[in-house]
Amino acid sequence: MSKKYYDPVDLGKFGDIAEFQKPMADKFFAWYNEVFKEGALTAREKSLIALAVAHGVQCPYCIDAYSTDALEKGCSEAQMMEAVHVAAAIRGGATLVHGTQMMNHVKALTGA
Amino acid sequence: MKSLLAQQALLSAASEQRRVLEDPGSALPFFAKKLAESGLPELRATELEVLQLNLGRMCNQTCVHCHVDAGPDRKERMSREVMEDCLRSLDAHPVRTVDLTGGAPEMHPDFRWFVERLSETGCHIIVRCNLTIILANKKYHDLPEFYRKHRVEVVSSLPFYTADRTDRQRGKGVFEHSIEALKMLNAVGYGMPDSDLELNLVYNPAGAFLPGSQDELEKQFKRSLMADHGIQFHKLFAITNLPISRFLEYLVRTEHYVGYMERLVNAFNPAAVAGVMCRNMVSVSHDGSIYDCDFNQMLDLPLSAGMPRHIRDLADANVAGRLIVTGRHCYGCTAGAGSSCGGSVA
Repeated sequence: MSKKYYDPVDLGKFGDIAEFQKPMADKFFAWYNEVFKEGALTAREKSLIALAVAHGVQCPYCIDAYSTDALEKGCSEAQMMEAVHVAAAIRGGATLVHGTQMMNHVKALTGA
Repeated sequence: MKSLLAQQALLSAASEQRRVLEDPGSALPFFAKKLAESGLPELRATELEVLQLNLGRMCNQTCVHCHVDAGPDRKERMSREVMEDCLRSLDAHPVRTVDLTGGAPEMHPDFRWFVERLSETGCHIIVRCNLTIILANKKYHDLPEFYRKHRVEVVSSLPFYTADRTDRQRGKGVFEHSIEALKMLNAVGYGMPDSDLELNLVYNPAGAFLPGSQDELEKQFKRSLMADHGIQFHKLFAITNLPISRFLEYLVRTEHYVGYMERLVNAFNPAAVAGVMCRNMVSVSHDGSIYDCDFNQMLDLPLSAGMPRHIRDLADANVAGRLIVTGRHCYGCTAGAGSSCGGSVA
């Protein structure tokens, strides 16, 4: 067994999750493949969204996978970094918007 | 940057490249075995329709991915005698297209003489022009007009629609010069919407990844090159980098070799096999040796047993139906939508 977390080799074993629970894995991968098909959004747009979400959820496997995928779909470095900034802005904004809750609480306690 | 040959790098030798690719200890399946497992027959040639001629290895650029290991320090070039042999073989076979490549084919001193002779035969002529050669020296500035006069199809590499990624692969300043050259080609009518002066661009990934959808990439290139530079072109050919010469050396040096080969193997598309370019072409090296394709030429894999070895013997030979010589590098042409000198094949 590997002595470290997040071995890049494990990305290639993603499909092996079916070994412990095949029916659910089959449904998941069928759905996953459907999600990334060209639809109302282009496959390229979906790739950039996936790249941003990969950073948002901080999944190193997903970051590797969707950095490659975005390159293959013809995205430029600037486009990929802007996608990461979108993820960062939402994460940062999500923190900051909770500041209103802190303000509400402080004002309630102090009668301000 | 020097060529691998000038660096005396081990992988400059075709034999060493074959040793890496055909390593019997590798877990990667042999290409011929993969065909059989996929229920496909062995790969055989159809009628000879395309003659691809490598006029020499000299080039004004030293691109990091070059499978020819071309560059300014390479001096090999095709003799006039071999060019005459090529012209004779055109009479004997139903060749419709002559595809001139290099190095930079325009740097060959007999390039214009040869194009004029080819033009007289009525065949379709393709020149794989690296674009920057047009600006490299005053004597090349009139190439767009020369191409126009002989109705040459111009096929040019432009790895990306941004300067940084293009220059990383092809050298500093290459993107800017390429844009300038494209404008010169547009100015004489190349690439314009209703023009029959064909200008097609070649995209190949700038690293160890595969090309995406050719149609989608073409849309992006057209949108960006028009919006940013006012440039027009006809088609984009998306080509996969084959693990040969400098690209193979890069893969091995950066430890991407196994991962890249696995990607090629996993993306094997049986539907792409029928359209691979080796089936209707013969590739001629600067010394007149003949091969199934440009990649086999670089790996020094001659035509199968019983077939001619030199262009001088092609006129009297029947090469249709011959067994194509394959290896693990062939996965580069059968991955995903497939890859050829004319882009995707499936």
